[in-house]
Amino acid sequence: MLGWLPLALLLFDALAGRLSANPIQEVEQRLGRTALYFLLASLAVTPLTTLTGWRALPPRRRALGLYAFLYAGLHFATFVALDYGFDLPEILRLTGEKPFILVGFSAGFLLVPLAITSFDHFVRKMGKRWKRLHRFVYIIAPLVIVHYGWAKKGDLFALRGDILQPLLWGMLVLLLLVLRLPAVRKWVSHLRQKITSVKSV
Amino acid sequence: MERKLKHVAVPSSEITPKSLYLSRRDWLKAMGIVSAAALLAACLPQRGQTPLETEAGGGSGPAPSDELGDPANTFDEITHYNNYYEFSTDKQAVNPLSANFRAAPWAVEVGGLVHKPKTYSLEDLLRFEQVERVYRLRCVEAWSMVIPWTGFELNRLLAEVEPMTGARYVKFTALYDPEQFPGQRSPFYPWPYTEGLRLDEAMHRLTLIATGLYGEVLPNPNGAPLRLVVPWKYGFKSIKAIVRIELTEEQPATLWNTIAPHEYGFYSNVNPQVDHPRWSQRTERRIGELGRRETLMFNGYGEEVASLYAGMDLRVNY
Repeated sequence: MLGWLPLALLLFDALAGRLSANPIQEVEQRLGRTALYFLLASLAVTPLTTLTGWRALPPRRRALGLYAFLYAGLHFATFVALDYGFDLPEILRLTGEKPFILVGFSAGFLLVPLAITSFDHFVRKMGKRWKRLHRFVYIIAPLVIVHYGWAKKGDLFALRGDILQPLLWGMLVLLLLVLRLPAVRKWVSHLRQKITSVKSV
Repeated sequence: MERKLKHVAVPSSEITPKSLYLSRRDWLKAMGIVSAAALLAACLPQRGQTPLETEAGGGSGPAPSDELGDPANTFDEITHYNNYYEFSTDKQAVNPLSANFRAAPWAVEVGGLVHKPKTYSLEDLLRFEQVERVYRLRCVEAWSMVIPWTGFELNRLLAEVEPMTGARYVKFTALYDPEQFPGQRSPFYPWPYTEGLRLDEAMHRLTLIATGLYGEVLPNPNGAPLRLVVPWKYGFKSIKAIVRIELTEEQPATLWNTIAPHEYGFYSNVNPQVDHPRWSQRTERRIGELGRRETLMFNGYGEEVASLYAGMDLRVNY
């Protein structure tokens, strides 16, 4: 339910005329950022569970991922329909010549099979392959960061310009991925067990 | 109060009073679409006008429009959608953040390779003939506006300080004041903002130092108290809150060129044929419009400025 809140806020701001003098760009960028936040939230579930041992999060992960897909889809639809008015030749040309659009496209494209196979039916049927497929998110998240950073004025890799936000989110992605490395994970859950056992004594 | 009085120096015939703009806008609003035809007639482009003649706005003429017949953006749009990274990278945050900016008193140091260096107060600069120009502003991010500036031609100032024969470039430096400019606390930029023009570009009649907008004192989010306006170049060339103008022999470093030289060239002329790695420069969105427009070579000022670049490869000198 909470996942619809950003969309409701967006509609509210649109009705109140609070989407800046360039509303199409504002909508496009807000949807993109919202998709990123949900993607990061879905990636944070496993590390947070490892860290805290809290079991309430994992059942929410699918919803988070699907909201990420929803907002990524709306972001894409805004780009195609509102921003470029379905001018497909121009959109294809842009995708070919602008690396940041190509990267964004790839990330979105890779999300599709993940969203499709999110139903229980596929989880059961695919078994191990399902897990392997959904590990694609480890590629998607860095692609999204690169897409975001490249869309900003500056140079993400030279640490110059308007790159603070993509940089911070990128570091979070890195952290969330590192926390997944088996060795790190083992060490973290070891640490947690130590702490809880100390507490219980 | 005090700053308003300074505009007494501007010949009143040059400037359309804001009350007139406003009443006109209210009138347009009231008419709505019922009299769309009449409205269109009132906005008809004055054919044969040049960008220099848009200054003859007068008091009773039609609503401000550029020489191509496109109406100016509203005061509200122009002052609430600003790229002014010294305040914020969020275009809508610039207006509130700049509310308390101290644009007066102000001094501009003009020096370098000139015979008569001088530090000018804002009052001194307002003595140069103030003109009204309705210019298109094309941002490198592929949006654009039409803006009715008031200001003076930079060549007036440069003529007064008498450039030396060795002077080939003009370097502009903006205010450095992290207390007033929260964005200047960011380590990712080589503050202060600097920009540059070749001397002949700076001497061109279209090159303006803007001191006003819609006949009012230049608002803070637009670079108060004075900013450069070079309408055939991408918006970031038009440096705001200028405190120093120097004539140099060497091409000066500019902020965006320093940050990402492969993306932002020294010239940065609006050019739909030279693509930017992130934004297509073929089209642009005029603020207030839904669709995209084709971007014009030199932002539509080719007739006036193309000769400045005769014989140059604009793909190399982007």
